[in-house]
Parts: sequence; C-alpha cells; structure tokens
Amino acid sequence: MATQTQVSRREFLKTSTQTAGALILAFSLPTRGQAQEPAPRGQFKVFKPNAWLRITADNQITVLVEKPELGQGSRTYTPMMIAEELEVDWSAIHVEQAPTIPSIYQNLRTGGSGGVASIFTQMRQVGAQARAMLITAAAQQWKAKKRDCRAENGAVVHSPTNRRLSYGELVEAASALPPISPDEVTLKQPKDFRFIGKPIPRTDVSSKVDGSAGFGIDVRIPDMLFAVIARCPSFGGKLQSFDAAAAKAVPGVRAVFPVPPLPRHFNTAGGVAVVADSTWAAMQGRKALALTWNKGSGGTESTDTLRELVAQRAADPPTFVAVDRGDALGALASPVKKVEGHYESPFQAHATMEPMNTTVHVRDDEIEVWSPTQFADEVQKEIAELSGFPSDKVTVHMMLSGGSFGRRYQWDYAAEAWQVAKEIREPVQLLWTREDDMQHDFYRPYNYQRLSGGFDAQGNLVAWSTRVVTTPIAGSNLYTGFTEAAETLKDPATIAALEWYGADVVPYSIPNFRVEYSPADSVVPRSWWRSVASSYTPFAKECFIDELAHASGRDPFQFRMDLLTDKLPETARLRAVLKLAAESAGWGKPLPKGRGRGIGCRVGGSCSAQVAEVSVDVDGTVQVHRIVSTVDCGIAVNPDAVRAMTEGAINFALTAVLTGEVTIKDGAVEQSNFHDYQVLRINQAPEVEVHIVPSFEDPSGVGELGAMLVPPAIANAVFAATGVRVRRLPIDPQLLKRSQS
Amino acid sequence: MSRIAITVNEKANLIDVAPDTPLLWVLRDTLELTGTKYGCGMGLCGACTVHLDGEARRSCQTPVGSVGAKKITTIEGLSPDRSHPVQRAWIAEQVPQCGYCQSGQIMQASAFLAKTRHPTREQVDEAMSGNICRCATYQRIRRAIQRAAGQES
Repeated sequence: MATQTQVSRREFLKTSTQTAGALILAFSLPTRGQAQEPAPRGQFKVFKPNAWLRITADNQITVLVEKPELGQGSRTYTPMMIAEELEVDWSAIHVEQAPTIPSIYQNLRTGGSGGVASIFTQMRQVGAQARAMLITAAAQQWKAKKRDCRAENGAVVHSPTNRRLSYGELVEAASALPPISPDEVTLKQPKDFRFIGKPIPRTDVSSKVDGSAGFGIDVRIPDMLFAVIARCPSFGGKLQSFDAAAAKAVPGVRAVFPVPPLPRHFNTAGGVAVVADSTWAAMQGRKALALTWNKGSGGTESTDTLRELVAQRAADPPTFVAVDRGDALGALASPVKKVEGHYESPFQAHATMEPMNTTVHVRDDEIEVWSPTQFADEVQKEIAELSGFPSDKVTVHMMLSGGSFGRRYQWDYAAEAWQVAKEIREPVQLLWTREDDMQHDFYRPYNYQRLSGGFDAQGNLVAWSTRVVTTPIAGSNLYTGFTEAAETLKDPATIAALEWYGADVVPYSIPNFRVEYSPADSVVPRSWWRSVASSYTPFAKECFIDELAHASGRDPFQFRMDLLTDKLPETARLRAVLKLAAESAGWGKPLPKGRGRGIGCRVGGSCSAQVAEVSVDVDGTVQVHRIVSTVDCGIAVNPDAVRAMTEGAINFALTAVLTGEVTIKDGAVEQSNFHDYQVLRINQAPEVEVHIVPSFEDPSGVGELGAMLVPPAIANAVFAATGVRVRRLPIDPQLLKRSQS
Repeated sequence: MSRIAITVNEKANLIDVAPDTPLLWVLRDTLELTGTKYGCGMGLCGACTVHLDGEARRSCQTPVGSVGAKKITTIEGLSPDRSHPVQRAWIAEQVPQCGYCQSGQIMQASAFLAKTRHPTREQVDEAMSGNICRCATYQRIRRAIQRAAGQES
C-alpha cells in the first residue's frame, strides 16, 4: 500500500528556488496531445512561490499537477487542495502537467490508491505558503499588521479598513520576498474547508467529451512514424528466424528489424519491429512477416498444469509462516467443529481501453518521450540507463492515460519504444495492438487459498488458518530485476506486502490465528492489478467467515458484528460502515424468490462494507441487481470522485467475478481480444449505491477499495440465492445451472 | 494507391490511401483527428464509433473506400463548442474517468438518441452494450443519456 511522501523543509525550500527551469519546460510541450490550458504569455509578471504554483499579474493561477491523470482525478484534487489554502476562485485556476524533473517533483507517479493521501498536506502547504507571502506583501504595502489582513477570493483584504489588493496586484511585491517555510504556515481546520469535501467538477472532463484530450496514443508530430512489434506468443520464447521480404513489400513499411528482449526490472519479450508511415501499414507489415519462434522452456505451461501446481503447493509444507498467533494448528487438530474452504482465482488482464504505447524521438543529443504512464520518473530513468544519456537529456512528457489499473506502473512499453526509435531518425510511436496488450500484459497473479476454522464446545470460533498460494509478483522479474528475482522470494517482508496482504488481517476476534504462504512457479509475467492481493484475499476470508456463520447457524451480518475484534484501531469505523451497509441494503428484509444478498467488509487504511443482491438465471448466469457500498476514507476530498471511483472499481471487479479469465496454453495466453476476454458491459452493470461516511480524519485511498469486496459479496449472495458455494472465479454458470435444475 | 474523396465534419478531403484502409486509421493517422479512438480493431469495443450520415458506425470495420459520398462526423465535429445535448449531459453527470472510450460512447449515444428520443433503460442498455468502458462509468452513461433525452424533448 502507499507510503506517505513527506517533503522535508529543506527540500521544499530547495524546490521553491528551482522552479524557473521547470516552468520553461512545462511551456514548451511541442504537441497538441498534451491537454492543457493556454499558458499565460510573457507580458505579465509572474509570482512563483514554489514549484507548483504560478500567479500572474492578470490574476491567472496555474497549478502544476505532478500525479499522472489516469481517470482518478489528480488534475482536480491537486488544485482543490491548493485552492483551499490559497483562497481563490475556482474559475481562476488553470491546470498543467508538471514536467518530469524528479529532483523537483517527487510525485510523478501514482499507485496503491495513495494519490490523495500522499500529497494532502504538501499541496495544502503549497497554497498556504503562497497565501502567507501575498499577505506579507500586502501588509508591507499598507504598512499594516499581517494579523489585520486576510486572504479572500483571490485578494488580500485589510480587515480594519476593507482595503483590498488582488493577488495579481501583489505579484511583484510577493516575488521580492524570501520564500516562507511550510512549517511557518498554518493550515485550515477541516471544518472551514470550502473546496475540500465538495463535489467539484473535474478539470479534465470537458476535454474528454470533445475529443481534444491528449492520450499517449494521440501524439502527432511532423514526420513521425508508427511501429508495432511481433512478439513470441509463448512467454520466455525467443525469435529463431524471420523473413522480412513480404513485410517490406507492404506499401508504407519503412523498416523491419529485430528487437532483443530486455531482461531488466520488467521482462520485455523482444521480437521483430515493423516501422511504417501509418499504424495500419505497420500492422499489415507485421501480418506479412514470416516468423519462427523457439517457445523455450515455458512452452509446456497451461492453466491445467497451474491448477494442479497450486493445489499441490497448498498441500506442501509452507514456505513462509506469515502470522502465528496462539496455537491454530493445535486448536484445529481437535476442534469440536471444523469448517474448511478453498478459493481460487485466475490470471486477470488489465485490458485498459488505451493499449500500451509510447512515442520516442531519439536525437543526437537528447531523447524526447511521450508516454501514458503511471511512473514518469522511472520511464526517464530507464531510458537514460538504456541509452547512456544523462537523465536531464531525456525529456518525458506524461500524457493522459486511457485507464491503467496498475498496468502503467511498468515501463516496459516505453523501453521498447526507445529500442525501436533509436534505429530511426524520425519520431516513432510504438503501439501495442489489442492482441499484444491482451497477450503480453503483466497479469494479476494466479491464486489459491485454503482455509480452516474451528469452533469450541460453546460454539465460539477459536481457530483460523489460511494457506495462500500465488504465482508471486515478487518472483517475477519486474519487481526485482532479472537476476535478483529468486532472491526476493527469500524476503518474507517483500512477499508479505505483495502476496498475502489482507490474509494476515482479519477484523474478527480469533484467539488462534495462522497464515502461511507458498509460491508457485509460472512463466506468466505478473504485477499489480487494481487492489493487488486485495483482489483475492478478501474473496477467501470474507467468504470463509460467511461459511463459518452458516455452519454455526448465525446470520452472516450479525455473526461479523458480534465477532469484530477490539484490537484494531479501525474497529469502530468498520462497525459503522458494516452497519450502514446492512441498513442501506435492507439486510434481513424479504427479497423476491430466487434472490440473495451477500455481505463483506474490510479494514486497512480505508474501511468499507458491501452488500450485493443477485439472482441466478435458469442457464446459471448470475444477474447482479444492486451493490451497496459504504466508504470511510477519512476526508473525501472530492466526494463525487470518490463515488465515481467506487462505482468503477466495483464494476471492474465484477468482470473478474462474472466473465474475465486469462487462461494459458503452451506457455501463451489463449485470449486475444474482447470476444474471448469478456469485460463487463453496460447491460450487465448493476446499480451501485455509494454511501460515504462523513469524517475529519486524514484521507486514505479509494481507487482500489471498491474492487476488494465484490468477489465475496457476490459469492456470498450466490450462496444465499442458491445454496452453492463459489470456490473459483469467474463463476462457472454450469455449476449454478445444475443447482437451479 | 488511389485518391479517395471523403467528407469529414463537413470538410472535403482527398486522401492517398488504399481503399481497404480502415476509416479509423485514415482519421487518426492521415487526417490527425485523434478524438476517434482505437480500442480493439475488431468492432468489439465501440471506441472508434463515428457517424456516417448520422448512423453510428465502427470506423475500425469501415474500409475508407466504402464510405463514398456519406458524410462522416467524428467527435470533433459533433458540435463546435461541446454544446450537443449529449456532450452537455456528459459534463453535467461527470461521466468520464480516464475518458478514452468516451468519444465512442458519445457518438453512439447521440446517434441512438436521434432516433429514440425517449428511451427506456432497457433500450439504453441495448443500444450502448457494444461500447466498453473499462473504468465502468456505465451508470453515469445511463443517467447522462436520460438527461440528454430530457433536454431534447
């Protein structure tokens, strides 16, 4: 999960004095692909209190946003935080993407649902610092006391006399002042917030309804070329030979050449690049290639072999014991009543609507990169390392991303684009086709969990054990680098964060509690997929608690409420969201025949509970009618964005519950496009109700939160409707069809 | 190569491409109208939806040589200033997240509403089920279409 970025006072001041260069870069973006408001021109003086804020004499306020915009609203929540403390009119604010200069900007990445939380203090300080300097400037001009002056709607007002100077009028005087340390500014109390906590319309929406929003794929530069790469379908396979003659004969094809695999932090497949005048010509050229691949040692892996392997690894002695509280093994050896359950879910693709792409122009003395990325500074670092160019000669323009869900936290496609572009004088856009994207993703790990629970003679739940088996992210190359991959597996702390996160924290009072972990080998690349391990650990634990409730003849909601531990700091919040979800969903009220409700909850940063309502058709298809979700994410900085993210995350997870599955045959992904990797469509999307709990706590994440509880809430609802326990996702309609007949 | 005449957003163009080139790539690479998006290349996702004489068409499945005299409208030509009722509704309901599929969603919805002025939810779901949104903004799309339908009446 996300770590809080704390900027030290020294760094803050340092960045304040380095901004001039940054701003010049921000203005020189050469394409119309970068969505931004027109930059104020040079006729006005500009006040630059820090690296994120620029105020002109004509009262234009520009906010430089570091965080990538992937659809989560960074280009809105960032200026909201700044505007809150700056005391300005929302309409005066323009937003630009900050340039990729990691020495100044340490937040050119986003992930782990940490965007808002990681900058919540810092960006308010950015606004407060500017406000303090403007007040100082005004007080000096009036020869008044600072405490008699206040900031209000883009101006400083002298309270005793009601004199007023707009920020624009203070630009020159404020620019002459020494920067004020963030430690010396006082931030507003949450009760006084004007922007934070309000549903502010997003700054990027208008450009997304008229086609003007600039995604990576939309970069157009004079004389640019377009490329695709033919990759070996089997992971780890290599190019044996190729014949380019027919490809080169395709009109518009300019060049065909091999691209070696990059065994770096990620693992690119390598293959044969086809460069052409247009994307279509490049695709046609690729079709005409004659290719021979050596499938390599992974060519025998299949979903069937993986299923056998994970079940075997669950039976083997554990590789790690993550938690061992009390004596779970002893208690489970002689329980009065024992319940066992197992849960399995397959590889999942990110399948972002904008496939991977990056445009690169390699010149003699510099490299320019346009990339839809979650991790701009790493793109820069990687291409600098690969090329031998100094970082400051690698300019990375962070483009809008057409979805990400964790995929763009890898920078393999940017590195590949550089590999192609370095062979060509012109700028080149490397595009992954949908098939490339589907078959060469970094997938959500395959996972299998086996749980046991034991009751004592009084019916108390006294023991709980979990074995988690995954094809670990930590063991795939991307996390550690090719050679260190095996080493990472020896580090339980690393594994914990990635693989069993969530299995180790169950919010119920259970005296004997044990979690074990065993990795399973696979050739399939893995990585973060919206909510990472929380995409599967709640499926197991919140289904299993449901099984335990039914085994003891108790209502699943009441069973949870009664068992909530008082040992977690979030218990009160969890109790509240659980109760609110049940009440809002009408838990316990009668349902039409054939319908069932299921519930789930979680803690860890943000707290949430979900209730799903489903029915099952005679053919076994699950219909999801309604999902009620409660969210306690501390201060909901932009409540409408919190709702939007929750609605989206829930539906994203529904794909993995109902239809989405990546299967493997001969070491290759069998799916290739949206006909065989079926993602949720509008006619399958339930009504989602989001209830946000009011809070003055500091914000915590929501980007992934909604996705976590969908698997257990749906599976538990299916059980309530049919009596069939879902053991594997996506839900097999055949399993339920039998139960219905 | 042969010269092909097409009218896009009321502007006549003469282009030098093979007639079997999908309209999608002519729009994006030749005419640099990048609002129309590539999503699947197989007519499965709807991201490339444009209007041909007002009918919603998947431009990735439309050879440019087959367009003839039909007038092509892309998202850039739907209105000069985001004033089309569907665009206004999309803003009011804050539909887009990543936004990548939304050009196609809006083109599909606007062609649909032109024929079905007061759709039921089932009709909306049916008309829009060919357009994938991976951010899953579906319930806002439903609301925005109903809002646009109300504005048009």
